[in-house]
Amino acid sequence: MAEAAAAPDVRLRGLRKLYGEVVAVDGVDLDVGRGEFFTMLGPSGSGKTTTLRLIAGFERPDAGTVLLRGLDVTGEPPYAREVNTVFQDYALFPHMSVEENVAYGLKIRRVPRPERRTRVEQALATVRLSGYGGRRPAQLSGGQRQRVALARALVNQPQVLLLDEPLGALDLKLRQEMQIELKRIQREVGITFVYVTHDQDEALTMSDRVAVFNEGRIEQIGPPAEVYEHPVTEFVAGFVGVSNLLERNGRTISVRPEKIRILREGDRPDPTAHVETGTIREVVYAGMATRYLVELEDGGSLTVAVQNLETTSAQALEARGRSVRLEWRPEHMLTLETRGEKEHG
Amino acid sequence: MTLGPGARWLLRVATALTLTFVYVPLVIIALYAFNESRIQAWPIEGLTLEWFGRALDNPGARDALWLSLRAALGATALALVLGTLASLAVARYRFFGRETISFLVILPIALPGIVTGMALNATFNTTGISLGLLTIVVGHATFCIVVVYNNAVARLRRTSQHLEEASADLGADAWQTFRHITFPQLRSALLAGALLAFALSFDEVIVTTFTAGPDQTLPIWILSNLSRPNQLPVVNVVAVVLILLSTIPVYVATRLSRDTGAVSPTAGAAQAAGAR
Repeated sequence: MAEAAAAPDVRLRGLRKLYGEVVAVDGVDLDVGRGEFFTMLGPSGSGKTTTLRLIAGFERPDAGTVLLRGLDVTGEPPYAREVNTVFQDYALFPHMSVEENVAYGLKIRRVPRPERRTRVEQALATVRLSGYGGRRPAQLSGGQRQRVALARALVNQPQVLLLDEPLGALDLKLRQEMQIELKRIQREVGITFVYVTHDQDEALTMSDRVAVFNEGRIEQIGPPAEVYEHPVTEFVAGFVGVSNLLERNGRTISVRPEKIRILREGDRPDPTAHVETGTIREVVYAGMATRYLVELEDGGSLTVAVQNLETTSAQALEARGRSVRLEWRPEHMLTLETRGEKEHG
Repeated sequence: MTLGPGARWLLRVATALTLTFVYVPLVIIALYAFNESRIQAWPIEGLTLEWFGRALDNPGARDALWLSLRAALGATALALVLGTLASLAVARYRFFGRETISFLVILPIALPGIVTGMALNATFNTTGISLGLLTIVVGHATFCIVVVYNNAVARLRRTSQHLEEASADLGADAWQTFRHITFPQLRSALLAGALLAFALSFDEVIVTTFTAGPDQTLPIWILSNLSRPNQLPVVNVVAVVLILLSTIPVYVATRLSRDTGAVSPTAGAAQAAGAR
C-alpha cells in the first residue's frame, strides 16, 4: 500500500502506437505526479494527442504500459479507468440539457439522485455556470460549452483529468481568460491535469512541467522556465520561443531574443560578455517591444527583442540598415544537441 | 446560378409536365373509385361510396391487406435490427473488407427484383422452406435493410465519434453508450428509414410473386383481380387505399430526415450504381 501511495498518478513506459506504417507514438516514458499540471506540447502530428488517448484508453498501445496510481490499466477499456477527458470539440451530448450532461457520469455510476444533484450544482458553480443547468448545449456560447465539458469531467472527481486542446476553438481573449480560470480550478480541486496543446504560451503560462513532443518522442521534460531557458535540442529551442540559432565552431548555439543587448555607440561592452557585430536588416515594432533582425558578420542572424522603454516607433524603424554590436552573457548562450546525438544518448 | 427568362419558362413547363405525367393517372384512379358505374368511361356518371363498402366486405381484399401489413411490419422490424447493426459496424469500426461490406449491403436495392425473386425462390425450394409470410418478409427485408442502413450510416457519419468516446470515458459500457447516446442520435434517422422500408415493402410486387406462394399481398391481389370487370371498382378502391398507405409514411419520413442526407430509397440505388 505504501508503494501505491508513492506511485505517480500517471506512469507511461515504452509506449508505442502505430497506425499502419506510421509511428504515432515512439517509445514515450513519463511520470506525472499527484496534483501536477502537466502539459504535453508539440506541433500537430507529434504524438501528444495519441499519447493522451492512450492514457484515456481510446487507443490500445502496440507496446508499453500505462499505469494509473501504480495500477496497470494498459488492457482496460476507457470506462474502467479513473480518468476523465475534456475533448477539443467538447463532445457534449446534444440531446441532453447541461445538467443531464454533467450528471451523466454519476448516473452511469448509480450515484443516488440527491447526491447527484448537489455534486452537479457544485461542479457548475466551480466553472461559474450556476443557473445554466436547464439549457441545451446548442444554446450556449463556445466558452460556456467548454466550461460544461469541464464540469462534466470534474464532477466525477477523477484521479486525473485529461484535456485535449480544450481552448483551441476559442478566440484569443477568451482563451487567455480560460487559461487563468483553468489554473484556478486546478488549484481548487487539486486534481492532476494532463493537458495537450500546440500553443507554447499556453504551456508556459499554466504548467508545472512541460513535455515537448516531436515525431512521437519526448524531446525534453521540465518546468516551463527550464524548457524555455535551457532547451536541450534544436527542436525545443525552435518550438518553445523564437528560434534563434547560430553555428559557431561547428556547434549549434541558441540565445533567447530578450537576453541580447544592442550596444549604443560609445557603450562599453561588459568584459565578460560575448560580443558580435552585425547589421540591422528588419525592424518589427510590436507595441510592448521592438524586434530587430540582425545579420551577423560571423554568419547567421539573430532576432533581438528590446522593450520599448523610451523608444518610439519612428526611432525604432530608423534603425534599419545600421551596424550594431550585440552582447549577451555567456550563460545565456546554450549549446544544443542535434537530434542524432539525442537518439544515441 | 442565374437563368434567363427562356430557361426559366422551360423549367416551369418541364416541371408541370413531369407532375402531370406522374399524378394525373393517380387522380383518375381515385376518381374511378367513386364512380357510380362499373364501366370505366368519361365523363363519370355520378359519385358513390358504394365500392368502399364492397371493398371492406371483400374477404380477398381484407386478407390481402392484413397479409401486406404483417409482411411490411416484419420486413421493417428485421431491416431495423440488421440495418442498424450493419451501419454501426461500417461507420464506427475499421476492419478488413469494410468498403466491400458496405457495397454488398447496398447492392440488393439496385439488383433487378426479378433476379432477387428468382434467387430467393430457388433457395427456398432447395432448402424446403415453404412459402408464406416468413419468406415474404425475408424477400422484402433484402431491400428494406438498404433504406434503414443508408439513413443510419448517413446520420452516424455526421455525429462525432467523440460523443461515444465521451460516454465511455464517463464510465458507460458499450450497451449503455448505445442506449443513452448513440440511439437517441439515430432515432429520427431510424424512424425515417423504417417508414420508407414499410412503404417499399407494402407495394412490392415482383419479389413477392416469387416468395409469397399461394398467399396474396395487396398489390398481388390487385394484379390478379384487375382483369375481372366485376371486381374493377373494388380494385380501384384498394388502389386508393394503397396510395394513401404509401404516401403517408414517405411524407413523414421526408420531414423527419430533412437533415440526414440520404433519405430516398433511390439514393441507395444511385450510390450502389456509383460504387460500381
